[in-house]
Amino acid sequence: MKSGNNEPLIFEKSAKDRIGISMPKSDCPDVNPNNVISKEFLRDDIEGFPEVSELDAVRHFTRLSQKNFGVDTDFYPLGSCTMKYNPKVNEDMARLSGFSKAHPYQAPELSQGALQLMYELEGFLSEISGMDAVTLQPAAGAHGELCGMLMISAYFKAKGKPRKKVIIPDTAHGTNPASSNLAGFTVVTIKEGKGIISPEAVASVMDEDTAALMLTNPNTIGLFETNIKEIADIVHKKGGFVYCDGANLNALMGIAKLGDMGVDVIQFNLHKTFSTPHGGGGPGSGPVGVKKILEPFLPVPRIIKRGKRFNLGFNCPMSIGRLKAFYGNFGIMVRAYSYIRAMGPDGLKKASEMAVLNANYIMEKLKKAYHLPFDQTCMHECVLSDKIQSEKGVYTLDIAKRLMDYGFHPPTIYFPLVVPGAIMIEPTETESKETIDRFIAAMMTIANEARESPDIVKNAPQTTKIGRLDEVNAVKKPVLRWKP
Amino acid sequence: MDFPKELRYSKEHEWARAESNIVTVGITDYAQDSLGDVVYVELPAEGSTVTKDETFGVVESVKAVSDLYSPVTGKVIEVNDALIDSPEVINDDPYGDAWMIKVEVANLAEIKELLTADEYKQFVEEEK
Amino acid sequence: MSYIPHTDNDIKEMLLVIGIKTVNDLFNAIPPDVRLKTPLNLPPALSEQEIVQELTVLSKKNATVEDYISFLGAGAYNHYVPSIVNHIILRSEFYTAYTPYQPEISQGTLQAVFEYQTLICQLTGMDAANASMYDGASATAEAVLMAKRLNSRSKCLLSSAFHPEYRDVVKTYIAAQNENIIDIPFCAETGTTLPQAIEKQINKDTSCVVVQHPNFFGSIEDLKTISDMVHKNGSILIVAVAEPISLGILKPPGEFGADIVVGEGQAFGNGLNFGGPYLGFFAANEKYLRNMPGRLVGETVDKNGKRGFCLTLATREQHIRREKATSNICTNEGLCALSAAIYLTALGKNGLMELARLNLSKAHYLKEQLKNIKGIKPAFTAPTFNEFVIDVNQDADIVNKFLLKQGIIGGVPLKRFYPQLKSHILLCVTEMNTKEQMDMLLEELGKAG
Repeated sequence: MKSGNNEPLIFEKSAKDRIGISMPKSDCPDVNPNNVISKEFLRDDIEGFPEVSELDAVRHFTRLSQKNFGVDTDFYPLGSCTMKYNPKVNEDMARLSGFSKAHPYQAPELSQGALQLMYELEGFLSEISGMDAVTLQPAAGAHGELCGMLMISAYFKAKGKPRKKVIIPDTAHGTNPASSNLAGFTVVTIKEGKGIISPEAVASVMDEDTAALMLTNPNTIGLFETNIKEIADIVHKKGGFVYCDGANLNALMGIAKLGDMGVDVIQFNLHKTFSTPHGGGGPGSGPVGVKKILEPFLPVPRIIKRGKRFNLGFNCPMSIGRLKAFYGNFGIMVRAYSYIRAMGPDGLKKASEMAVLNANYIMEKLKKAYHLPFDQTCMHECVLSDKIQSEKGVYTLDIAKRLMDYGFHPPTIYFPLVVPGAIMIEPTETESKETIDRFIAAMMTIANEARESPDIVKNAPQTTKIGRLDEVNAVKKPVLRWKP
Repeated sequence: MDFPKELRYSKEHEWARAESNIVTVGITDYAQDSLGDVVYVELPAEGSTVTKDETFGVVESVKAVSDLYSPVTGKVIEVNDALIDSPEVINDDPYGDAWMIKVEVANLAEIKELLTADEYKQFVEEEK
Repeated sequence: MSYIPHTDNDIKEMLLVIGIKTVNDLFNAIPPDVRLKTPLNLPPALSEQEIVQELTVLSKKNATVEDYISFLGAGAYNHYVPSIVNHIILRSEFYTAYTPYQPEISQGTLQAVFEYQTLICQLTGMDAANASMYDGASATAEAVLMAKRLNSRSKCLLSSAFHPEYRDVVKTYIAAQNENIIDIPFCAETGTTLPQAIEKQINKDTSCVVVQHPNFFGSIEDLKTISDMVHKNGSILIVAVAEPISLGILKPPGEFGADIVVGEGQAFGNGLNFGGPYLGFFAANEKYLRNMPGRLVGETVDKNGKRGFCLTLATREQHIRREKATSNICTNEGLCALSAAIYLTALGKNGLMELARLNLSKAHYLKEQLKNIKGIKPAFTAPTFNEFVIDVNQDADIVNKFLLKQGIIGGVPLKRFYPQLKSHILLCVTEMNTKEQMDMLLEELGKAG
C-alpha cells in the first residue's frame, strides 16, 4: 500500500480457501457438473475472485462507507439533484416481505397489493402534475425521457407523418439531447439569453417537422419559465408536443400543475422529488405522465383496475412496447408511495414552499459575496458564479473543494454551461435554517479567503482522506479493473 | 496566447499552413488552452478526404470534447500518428509538433478565405 | 409526517432577509391563472405509525416466495441473500450519496464500483465492465446499439430462445435506428438456438448476433460454434446472462470470444422486489472501451501519489457529449451493484462455485424425478443449469391452477410468450427449494396428470 489510511482492494485481502458465507448441505444427491455438462462449457476456477471471511468483508465495506459523504452526513446542496432527506421508514416499507419477496411472474391475483400500490401511485403522480395517465416503468429520469420521446415519435408515425426535429434550450440537462437522439430526433438548440426561453426564440425555429419542444421547468438556472403557456401555444399550433423534464418538480408541488400550462409529457424523478435515496448513483425511478392524446402509446404492461381487482394490461396495440423487463423499479415506487402518504397534500405543498424559501434565502445572503448572473426570485435552486473570485485566480472548482474542508458537499459546478463557472445550489426543504446559516457562513469565509489568501482555497481540500486526483492520467491510461 | 503571423485560421480554431498545394492543419493555442489537458485525439486515415468546414476528427480533454473542422478540402496525405500516444503535445506545442494532418488541396483559394493572424486574434477577443 | 424543520419564526426571519412579506410572493413568476386555488386531491398526511400499518396491510395482499412453494425464475431468481448485504447497503453513507462526482468525498462508492467492475470482468472473462445499467434487458438493448456504433451494419440476429421481455426491450430501443431484427429460431429438440439458422442469415450486413446463456429455457448454448460463425463474418457476438449464478460453474463467455457480455445481476444479493430494482451488468472487450455506454470508474493517484478512484472516460457520456453520447443513461443502479459486490465478496470464490453446484444438483434432482411421472417430460435435451422446461401434456394453466390450490406456485407457463408451447412450463430450482418441496411438487404433478 502506498499510504497509511488507504483501504486495500478486497482482492488484495484474499487468502486461498478462506470462506465467507458457507452454503447449506445439499438434501439432494450431489451432481458433478462434468457428468451433465460437456467439459468445454465448464470452468474450474474464477481467477482472482475474493476469498475473505465474513468479518473481513464487513470491515472492508464499512471502511469504504466511511470514505463517503451522504445526505445523512451533512448538507448536500447539489443543484438539480434534490438531495433531500431519505426517510428511514421508507426503507423499512420497501423491505416488507410482501413487497421484497414477491416474484414478478406470480399471477396478478397473487399480487394485488403491489398492483394496488402502483395503481394508486400513478394516480398520485397524475394529480400532482395535471396529467391524464402515468406509466411507472422507466428506471430513471433519462429512461423516462427516452420513453416520452419514443411515444411522441410513435404518435407522428401512427399519423403517417413522422417528424424529425426536437427543440431543446442550451440550458438543458445532457440527457435531454441524448434521449432525443436515441429516439431518432435531430436536436435544434435554442439559446436562453435572459435566463428563460423567449416565445420568439421558439417561434423562430418551430415548424411542422418539429415533433416537440423539450424544456425543464423550473429550468436549470432555477427560474420559472414564465412564458410557458405562450410557448406551448406556439408549439401546439404547429402540431408539436411540449415535453417537460420534471427533474425540478420539487418547486411546484401543490403550487401549480405542469399539465395546466400546456405540457403534454413529463417524467418524474422519484429519487429527487419523492425522497427515494440516490444510492450513490441509483437505482432511481422515472415514471412518465402524459395527456390523453398520448395515452395509447404508453409502454406495456399498463396497470388496470376492474371493479376492485387490479391486473396487468397488455392489449395496447399502439404502445411503444417495453422499456424494461417486468414493471419498473418497484422497490423505489414503494418508497415514493410511502413518502406521498406521509406528506399528504399540505405537506407536499409545504415542501415546495420551503424548498423555494431556502433557495432564495441562500441566494439573498450569498449574492453579497458571489456574482449572481440572474438577480431575481429563484425557485428551488439558485445559480451563482466565480466571476468575482476568478480575478484572484480562485475558480469554482477551488471553491467547491474548499467547501469539503468545512464539512459540506459542494454544489453542482460548471452547470448549466451558459453560466461560466456556475455554482448551482439546491438546498431542499428538509434543511433547517441553522444548517443553511452554517453553509452560508462557510461560503462567506471562502469568499474572504479567496480575497485575502487565495492559496488556501486553491490547495483545498486539506482535510479529506485523499487529495485532488490525477484525472488526466486516469483517462490516458485507463485502469478499470484490478489484476493480480 | 500565441498567434503566428505566417498561419491562417478558421473560426473553429484550427490553423492552416500552406506550402505549395500541401496544407498542414492543427488546432490553435487558444483552442488547446480552452480545452485544458488534452487526453485523446481521433484523426482520419491517410488517403481519406476532408471537406472544408466539416469534421475530420475529435479532440478531448477530461471534461470536454471538441470536433475538429477542416479549414480546407482535399486528400489527407499524412497523419501525425504520434499524437495518438502523446496527445499532451497538443498542449505543449500546438503550432509545431502537434500538427494533425497534411492535406493535398485542389483549390488553393480556400486558404485565402481563412482569417489572418490579426483577424483571428480579434475574433478570439470577441468570443471571450 | 412532513420531514420539514421550519418553525414559524424561521420562516418569518428568512422572509425578512429576502425582503418579501409572504411565502406566496416567492411564486410570483408563475402566472396567476395556473396557480392552484385548492389543495391537491391526495389522501391526508399520515404519521409514521399509520404508514407502517397501512403499507403492511397492503403488502400482505401479495403472495411471496415465503408463503408459497415457488418454482418461478425466468429472469428473477429467489436466492438466499446473506444478512451482510442488507446491513452494509443500509449504511447511509452509501445509500444517501449521489453519483460520485466529487472523488475526494466519494472514495467509498468509487472503490466499491471499481471492485464491482473487477468482479464482473472475472466472472464474464471480459476486460472492462461499466458501473451498471438499469437491468439485463436494457443492457442487452444498449449492447445492440453499441455493436451498431462499432460496425455500422444494419442487421441484428436475435435468438428466439432469448428472454421474450428482453427481446421486446431491444425492439423498443432500436425503434428509431435503421436496424432490422431477425429472430433466429430455436431447435425444437434441444431448446437451443439453431446454428444453421444463424449460418443462413448471417452476412456482411449483420452487425451482431445476440444469444442468452443459459438461454430462456435454461438450456446451455453452444457458444463455441456460434462464436466461430459470428467472427468468421466479422460480426459482434453479444452474450446475455440472466442467471449469473451459473457463472460459478460455466466457462465465462469471454473465453468463447464474446465481444460484449451483458446480463442481469439481480441474483447477486438483490431481492425479487416484484421485478425491480435489478442490476444490468455490461462488460466488453477493451478495444471497444470508448464506445461503451454508462459510467466507468478508474484507478489513479492523488497529488501525493496515494491510490484513489474517479469517474473516467466521461466524454462518452451525455453530460458532456449530449446528443452524440454513447447512451442517454445517467442514474444507473449503483446500490444494486454495491449489493452484488458485497454478495460476491461474502460468498467468495468457493462459495459461489459451491452455490452454483448446489443449484445444479437440486435442479437435476427434480428434472430426473419428473421423468418418472406419467404424462410429463422434459421438453428439451440440451444440458441445463437451474432452469428447464417441462411438457405437461395438457394446458399449463390448468396444471398451475391445480398446484396453486396445494400452495405451490408452479413455473412460468410459456404459452404467453410462445403460443406453440401450450403445455410447457419453465421451472426454476434454486438453493431455496428443499427436496421436500420438490417431492411435494412431484406428488401433485402426478395427481394433475
